[in-house]
Amino acid sequence: MTQSPHSTVAALIDFNRQAIARALNLLEDRRPNRQAQALTLLDTLSTLPASAHVVGLTGPPGVGKSSLISRLIEPQVQAGRRVAIIAVDPSSKVSGGALLGDRGRMQLSAEVYARSYAARDRLGGLSREAFSAVFLLRHCCDVILVETVGVGQSETDIAALADTTVLVVQPFSGDLLQFIKAGVMEIPDILAVNKADNQELAQKALSDTQAALALARRPASPESSAWDSPVLAVSATTNLNIGTLSQALSAHWQHLQATASLEKKRAAQHLEWGIGEILHEVGQRGLAALGGVEGARVTWNQQPAHWSVFRKLSALLERVQYRT
Amino acid sequence: METDRLKDRPWVMRTYSGHSTAQASNELYRLNLSKGQTGLSVAFDLPTQTGYDSDHALARGEVGKVGVPICHIGDMETLFADIPLDQMNTSMTINGTAAWLLALYIAAAERQGVEPQALQGTTQNDIVKEYLSRGTYIFPPEPSLRLTSDVITYTVKNAPKWNPVNVCSYHLQEAGATPVQEVAYALCTAIAVLDTVRASERLDAAEFTAAVGRISFFVNSGVRFIEEVCKLRAFGQLWDELTRERYGVENPKLRRFRYGVQVNSLGLTEAQPENNIPRIVLEALGVTLSKDARCRAMQLPAWNEALGLPRPWDQQWSLRIQQILAFETDLLEYGDIFEGSTVVEGKTSAIKNAAWAEVERVMDMGGVISALGYIKEQLVTSHTERVRNITAGDHTVVGVNKFTETAESPLYSGDSSAILKVDEAAERDQVARLQAFRATRNQAEVETALSGLRAAALNGENIMPASIRCALAGVTTGEWTQTLRDIFGEFRAPTGIGGAAAARTVDGETAQELEELRARVQKSAATLGRPLKVLIGKPGLDGHSNGAEQIAVWCRDAGMEVVYEGIRLSPEQIVTSVRDEGVHLVGLSILSGSHLRLVPEVLTGLRAEGLSDVPVVVGGIIPEDDAEDLRQAGVARVYTPKDFEMLRILSDMVEVAEASA
Repeated sequence: MTQSPHSTVAALIDFNRQAIARALNLLEDRRPNRQAQALTLLDTLSTLPASAHVVGLTGPPGVGKSSLISRLIEPQVQAGRRVAIIAVDPSSKVSGGALLGDRGRMQLSAEVYARSYAARDRLGGLSREAFSAVFLLRHCCDVILVETVGVGQSETDIAALADTTVLVVQPFSGDLLQFIKAGVMEIPDILAVNKADNQELAQKALSDTQAALALARRPASPESSAWDSPVLAVSATTNLNIGTLSQALSAHWQHLQATASLEKKRAAQHLEWGIGEILHEVGQRGLAALGGVEGARVTWNQQPAHWSVFRKLSALLERVQYRT
Repeated sequence: METDRLKDRPWVMRTYSGHSTAQASNELYRLNLSKGQTGLSVAFDLPTQTGYDSDHALARGEVGKVGVPICHIGDMETLFADIPLDQMNTSMTINGTAAWLLALYIAAAERQGVEPQALQGTTQNDIVKEYLSRGTYIFPPEPSLRLTSDVITYTVKNAPKWNPVNVCSYHLQEAGATPVQEVAYALCTAIAVLDTVRASERLDAAEFTAAVGRISFFVNSGVRFIEEVCKLRAFGQLWDELTRERYGVENPKLRRFRYGVQVNSLGLTEAQPENNIPRIVLEALGVTLSKDARCRAMQLPAWNEALGLPRPWDQQWSLRIQQILAFETDLLEYGDIFEGSTVVEGKTSAIKNAAWAEVERVMDMGGVISALGYIKEQLVTSHTERVRNITAGDHTVVGVNKFTETAESPLYSGDSSAILKVDEAAERDQVARLQAFRATRNQAEVETALSGLRAAALNGENIMPASIRCALAGVTTGEWTQTLRDIFGEFRAPTGIGGAAAARTVDGETAQELEELRARVQKSAATLGRPLKVLIGKPGLDGHSNGAEQIAVWCRDAGMEVVYEGIRLSPEQIVTSVRDEGVHLVGLSILSGSHLRLVPEVLTGLRAEGLSDVPVVVGGIIPEDDAEDLRQAGVARVYTPKDFEMLRILSDMVEVAEASA
């Protein structure tokens, strides 16, 4: 980084996309001196408001998530809101390479910041880089849309990252039942049945989905009790009910704020993410060295509040090394 | 004439041509006709093919490059000045805007005093292969097929000698299709077209049968010419069966498989380009040897097509091949020489059976439109296989991966003297003439004609009459297309690269080289700080994405993270992606000849975003002089068709990325 941290932060919170791109390059950089710079930057940011609404969209391949995102951002951009998109694609297990093709499927206006990430060693889930990108962007814009392919780990990962999780399924596909019954996912905050291109199809899709949902619905967890997840039939192709979906997104965001649960939700997500990273880096043994999940939680919460989650994580990882 | 009495009539002889301006192309056409060419084959430039006027921002650098710009009836009249259209057989390679260019042709004929009934020729008008390979589509599948169907129903009633659709297997082969895939997917396209026509209920039974009889094909012929003979026999048999069984055509004449051909360009080499002449001759044999499966029209590429735009002399050499074949040899004096050959029949039925099985598979998926993603993946996979075979040396290409020693060529010394250079002033001239044309036309008539077009598009009326009125009123190509864009919307076709690479594995030496390359890519992450991330971009209107798709797939297989957004990106969009994605290297692919305009625009944009440290490499048909200019402008590497070894290109890209870290 050639600029001073101060001017970098100013540019970032001003949604300067050149500065954002450079900062995200830095967050990915594994070289030790860059890692140190990245931690400093994230610490500085973590004292500032993280006011962006993080919306996660997940669902099976080919269900039309990218087209749906194109539709959703259109009015946001027109209203002058600052929009960022993070798209995650799987990495090849054989070569380690990845094809990042999502932005080609989106209609992106020049005002939007969009970046693609390979899942890398997370087998379809979200890499640490993708998490850190969202953590950074929360300080820089108004809305962040995160798109993941619904395979492997990504549904649980997205729920650990997004303020609002949208599951996108195709009508009459049985996708929904598979997703929820397989236990990979709690009931999402919003359920969108895409490709309901006309009213008639939308009606049929809705009753089909609600039937599946009734079969699959489990006792609601206490924290989600106040929010009744809406099921919407939409079409990115014909623009049907896209406005309703937008409204549902804002309604959930307002619900999180009105019930003062946003902070709590994010804090819980951070901890969950931190423990996942510890497991990924040092395994069960490492976690045991920290006193298991409970010990890690206590230590995590005892750390200075102004530390970024990345500082907290690296402090915990250092402790493991020290103890093992 | 006595000696000719027993001979069959030769095919229509054409050369695919057009460049710079309508006037320059008209001169070229008249020259070609004077040399014994018997038909015309019009190449349009990319703005015309994708529905933009020559002065549109997206047309910059593309005007007159790969063909002639036609913006309005004035251009069309100039193009055919002193060429009587009632005596000409004109093939137009036009798809997304086929209805419009046919309307202009009919209007220009009317001004020559020629009725549509007298017109002979072909509009290519096959949108499916545009989605799959060639890339000059505009609208989504449904309205596109409706326009195709409109052209068919119009010509069947009004221009009965016109071939409204040339279903193309040509570009499928260029995109990597095997003979079986070529036959299968072309037949699926023909089914989609005819089913649409039938569903429109615009034609009575007799007219519909006539429409089936007017469907012609445009095929490719590769250097494995015996297999090509069998492919075309299989094609003909399947078409005969399909038209009888699916469409109930009783008259065998109307079930005849009629096709034109352009022989293979994919296999033409930049190395030792003179070797392309024997290749072209053999490929021509593939479509002429068997009388029962002989082409109706032929156009041959020039020996130096892999170097750049051919000169009139180069095109003449190819025309002479056709003339020698038809008039000097005894080819046209016999019946079908393969009759009774068990070898040929065996191969023919093998292709036929496999192709029909693939047709059924696609039909089970809901037909060619529903199966676009599947088909595209199949093509990219086949092409990946082909590239692997050449790289591994399993597939011999003389002068390229075998017998590469060569004496100095007296025809070509490696510079740009052996190709045609399009005059850069042509674009300015064209734009000036277009603006003058707009200034002199009757604006009120234009408005009326355009609202008629809008109404026809919305009401589902046939688009042709309203389009012809637009042509006569002086509407431009850009205006016609924009009117329909506003109603139909635009489309982005699947890239096919997602599922392609995982399909097949490599073995032997290539596998080892690939392993080494992967290790190298992995190691580069230490230098770069994170895994190597590249962007493969296709700037401009050029839709030939096969090369870019291959590079993207191979980069992924080598372990890189690859951003690929498909075709038709503006330099600005590419720069934004480079910035937002934080890539280490940019690869641009351009085959339209507009590299000298588009590449510097990308470089300038990168500098403006503070990204001048991101290296740019360029691939395409780029003459050496231009390559030098590009390197001077800051391009790190230029790859041309002679760089066929994929792994070497990739390893070079890693080196470039590391050097810039």
